[in-house]
Amino acid sequence: MAWETVIGLEVHVQLATKSKLFSGSATAFGAEPNTQANIFDLALPGTLPVLNGEAVRMAVKFGLAIGAHIGRKSVFDRKNYFYPDLPKGFQTSQLDYPIVGKGSLLITLDDGSTRTIGVTRAHLEEDAGKSLHELFPNDTGIDLNRAGTPLLEIVSEPELRSAKEAVAYLKKLHSLILYLGISDGDMSQGSMRCDANVSVRRQGDSKFGTRTEIKNINSFRFVEKAILIEARRQIDIIEDGGRIIQETRLYDPDRNETRSMRSKEVANDYRYFPEPDLLPVVVDESFIAAVKATLPELPDIKSKRFQSQYGLSNYDAEVLSADRATADFFEAVLKDCDDAKLSANWVMGDLQSVLNKAELDISHSPVSASALAGLISRIKDNTISGKIAKTVFEAMVNGEGSADAIITSQGLKQVTDSGAIEKLIDGIIAANPKQVEQYRSGQEKVFAFFVGQVMKESKGKANPAQVNDILLNKLKK
Amino acid sequence: MALELKDIENIAHLARLQLSPAEKSEALSSIANILAMIDQMQAVDTTGVEPLAHGFDASQRLRDDVVTETSQRELLLKLAPSTDQGLFLVPKVLE
Repeated sequence: MAWETVIGLEVHVQLATKSKLFSGSATAFGAEPNTQANIFDLALPGTLPVLNGEAVRMAVKFGLAIGAHIGRKSVFDRKNYFYPDLPKGFQTSQLDYPIVGKGSLLITLDDGSTRTIGVTRAHLEEDAGKSLHELFPNDTGIDLNRAGTPLLEIVSEPELRSAKEAVAYLKKLHSLILYLGISDGDMSQGSMRCDANVSVRRQGDSKFGTRTEIKNINSFRFVEKAILIEARRQIDIIEDGGRIIQETRLYDPDRNETRSMRSKEVANDYRYFPEPDLLPVVVDESFIAAVKATLPELPDIKSKRFQSQYGLSNYDAEVLSADRATADFFEAVLKDCDDAKLSANWVMGDLQSVLNKAELDISHSPVSASALAGLISRIKDNTISGKIAKTVFEAMVNGEGSADAIITSQGLKQVTDSGAIEKLIDGIIAANPKQVEQYRSGQEKVFAFFVGQVMKESKGKANPAQVNDILLNKLKK
Repeated sequence: MALELKDIENIAHLARLQLSPAEKSEALSSIANILAMIDQMQAVDTTGVEPLAHGFDASQRLRDDVVTETSQRELLLKLAPSTDQGLFLVPKVLE
């Protein structure tokens, strides 16, 4: 029996404002406990919220980027529940009138195919503080630095059909928020957190199965694993004749399993009602136009431009445009060396693998865009071969100087003097009569042997195209 | 649907309120009164009337994104019955 997994994601993105959503406290990560929690964040009596305009602008920016309807009048509500890290006893959120309405996100899967995923809504809300359960034997420590930090909760339609699609959706969202500069997107610091609603149904069924919600998954890899394991659990239960209970579950990466949370608790009833301390937020056309003017070129549009303007393949264009800094780096290299394909290959290949190994961001690349362009220019003008270029690149990574300096100091300049190459080849032909015989009797594979010998003799410096031509000529005789 | 004592108990639980039997029956009759008033309002024909989110006919003012608060941790920690290492302490919460 074939099963289909149905997934909807709720992603909380921490907005990169300097101050909190409703107070002037700082939002910096890693401060000493409770040094960024002031009278409003602690919910002292008499304090009132004052809305941060930048958070509203960031939310609208996101809405415009996903082609969503922007709520001209959005309303904050109180979501009531008790927990020690929520001093007010309610979270200020948005229920019926969110700032961002229906929009969509184009995702690209590993096989290059694309799908459009609906975004139901995105709303502004405040984060809670942090509870530290492990620090004291009999108490829980409360740090309220994070309380009141602005979040944008982005809710997808239940349109994702596999763990891989869920990851592709998250990666696209991540790329987009970095492009927009509305969050640092750092999942390890909780700047992007994800809850997954997962259900399964038999292939072809039109009705959704009962779903469970997996809470707080904090990496792309865990999202994929958590969904796979939860879908497996549900399928096993149904195939054994059981029923799925709608509940909240927690993913445990150490044991790679999900387990039930708060199952004994009476079903949560948040008793939402409009926040009387805040007026409706009105966003007019001029506000929207001003935000629109700040939108950068977005990844989908950039990818299309890379294909049409530079003739890159769909795959190359997608990879390069996924990250804004990478796209900018690529264009800077290209501008200096004027070869799109070589620039793309070097940025995505050798440079990327160096960055991955050193766990560096491209903005901290040991080889600058103009230095890389300098190397590519030497490949283009036949000063060095592609193979020697890798040696030069390694030296550049090690800080040994520019491509030109390394080529000169290590004597790596390509031999393009056809007389010299001919002399070399004559020697090799003379020294290997048996292989010459084999080649001439039709074993054309032996050709590679000769190429290898020439390259070895010339320490890789002989121009490969010339070597091919001259060898072919001489051996045919 | 008439309000029952059981509903009062549920609401009290959600609000973390402990009510005596006398308080429960008092809450039952006052909340029933409020609901009757709401029923009366529900009966009004509001076709074409835009829902009102707030009593004032005004919109929210936006603040500039500027940090205006400095740490007053030592002062604020003094308000709590128990603190340690800069943290507020509460009875252990078990997940």
